[in-house]
Amino acid sequence: MQKGFKLSKVLFYLILVGYAVICLGPFLWSFITSFKPTSEINNFNIDFKTLSAKNYIFLWKEFPFARWVFNSIYVALLVTLGNILFNSMAGYALARINFPGKKALFLAILGMMMVPGQVVMVPTFILLSKLGWVNTYKGLTIPFLTSLFGIFLMRQFFTTIPKAIEESAMIDGLSRFGIFFRIVLPLARPALSTQFILMFTGNWNSFLWPSLLAQSEEMYTLPVGLNSFYGQYYQFWDQVLAGVMILSIPSILIFLIFQKNFIKGIATTGLKE
Amino acid sequence: MSLEVKTNVAPSKTKVMTMKRLKRREKIEGWLFVLPFVISAAVFFIGPLLVAFMLSFKEYSYLDMVSMFEAPWVGLSNYINAFQDSTFLRALLNTSLYSLGVVPIQLFIALVLALIVDLNIKGKTFFRVAYYIPTVTSTVAVSVMFLFIFKTDGILNKILSFFNLPPYNWFGDTRLALPTIMMMAIWSSVGLYMVIFLAGLQDIPMSLYEAARIDGASKIQEVLYITVPLLKPTIFFNLVVSLIGTFQVFDQAFVVSNGTGGPLDSTMTVVLYLYKTGFRDFQMGYASAIAFILFAIIFILTLIQRKFFGEETEF
Repeated sequence: MQKGFKLSKVLFYLILVGYAVICLGPFLWSFITSFKPTSEINNFNIDFKTLSAKNYIFLWKEFPFARWVFNSIYVALLVTLGNILFNSMAGYALARINFPGKKALFLAILGMMMVPGQVVMVPTFILLSKLGWVNTYKGLTIPFLTSLFGIFLMRQFFTTIPKAIEESAMIDGLSRFGIFFRIVLPLARPALSTQFILMFTGNWNSFLWPSLLAQSEEMYTLPVGLNSFYGQYYQFWDQVLAGVMILSIPSILIFLIFQKNFIKGIATTGLKE
Repeated sequence: MSLEVKTNVAPSKTKVMTMKRLKRREKIEGWLFVLPFVISAAVFFIGPLLVAFMLSFKEYSYLDMVSMFEAPWVGLSNYINAFQDSTFLRALLNTSLYSLGVVPIQLFIALVLALIVDLNIKGKTFFRVAYYIPTVTSTVAVSVMFLFIFKTDGILNKILSFFNLPPYNWFGDTRLALPTIMMMAIWSSVGLYMVIFLAGLQDIPMSLYEAARIDGASKIQEVLYITVPLLKPTIFFNLVVSLIGTFQVFDQAFVVSNGTGGPLDSTMTVVLYLYKTGFRDFQMGYASAIAFILFAIIFILTLIQRKFFGEETEF
């Protein structure tokens, strides 16, 4: 009995470590290669003397990577903040406030979640180009400030927190907005950090829309920029991979910072229905 | 709460007034809270959805001199053309194969990993985080990274050569390109489904396992007869999300094939074709019809799954 238990534990660790290698290996190998000179990229040994940050400096100075990083941060932050605020507000109202049409609105949200976003791509693009928003920050942010999924997530979360606190605050004469901003939002920290991770990384990584909406090089976000850079310089893997790192490290860092609450957040928001 | 107030204290006139006023205010406040979303959804979703539906019955190009409302109606011909268009049919086939391969494999791996990581095992936080990292990474970054790892003289073929396997032209071979993209997709989304499974596992009461143990059930029996049946709602949720996601595959195919769906349409997907017809060829009526075909497929698949899984989710 004891022996069989140990054997399964060894097997479990083999699976866990094996899959961790599969997950992290490609990052590690790309990370190392991004510090190599171009002549070394097909060498499978690592010569530590030749490693340097020159690819990063080169991308920063000779290509608009700094601009793309700025665009990506600016757009992702605005969209994330908008989503956190508006999704929470809508989610809260759907969970807690009794207003006419609430049920219909919630059903409409569930219905809209079934529609793939690409269905509205053509008309939305036409609309944005009529507004003159193509190739502007407005176009890259304003259409994306709310999310059906985010609202659903927040609604599920707000139904789980006890009502008593809000009610006593209301009797104390606090307004709905006061209750929401001063009492409910601080309680929602796990759900908010889950949302922060999902919205920030989702927008930071988003490619299809920005590739339609950012048409000149100085408006590119990082994924669009990296794709175009790869298209032109695909022989220079050391530089291309430095670009890959510039694109992927920030979202990994955001995840690492907020991950503590992440799984808890997913569990309490009832993402699993 | 309001009842308590009324019974404990004699209902003074002002208090009843406040309650009434509160109720009325609730109605307005509720709409104020959802207003930003309602405006955004109306302008950027409902409106465009209706326009897309209209366009799918019209022949319209963005470059036309006439507005889309004056563009000629063509009836169902966009839809009929799609099913006679060999590239679209190829895209549909590729996307179905992609979905059929990716969904079961990634959910299986995710479930196995979630079950192990849920045990009391040293370093479980590290493993959870490690498995989720590919999920937070941009699909463009992942695609470029895989192009590097999988290139003909890249490290993967080098590793395979130790096992006496020949070097493969992963992304250049028409038979291998799609499976390689599938591997990439599995790699980059297992973490997401694992986390959702983990969340579902927390809801299964420990007492069930304890009871099973007293009855002498083995670990494997516990998994098969307690965990999996009780995890059914989570499995259904993941199945739907994964299926919907795979049918919308775009980024990987776009980056890997440089937007062409090549070699020889072997990586052409429905959304990539939608992008190409709508924004390269500017056939926006046709693109809208393709979009609605995609919508219909996803809708039907979700309904089918609900039929098989959904009825039993309540327990």
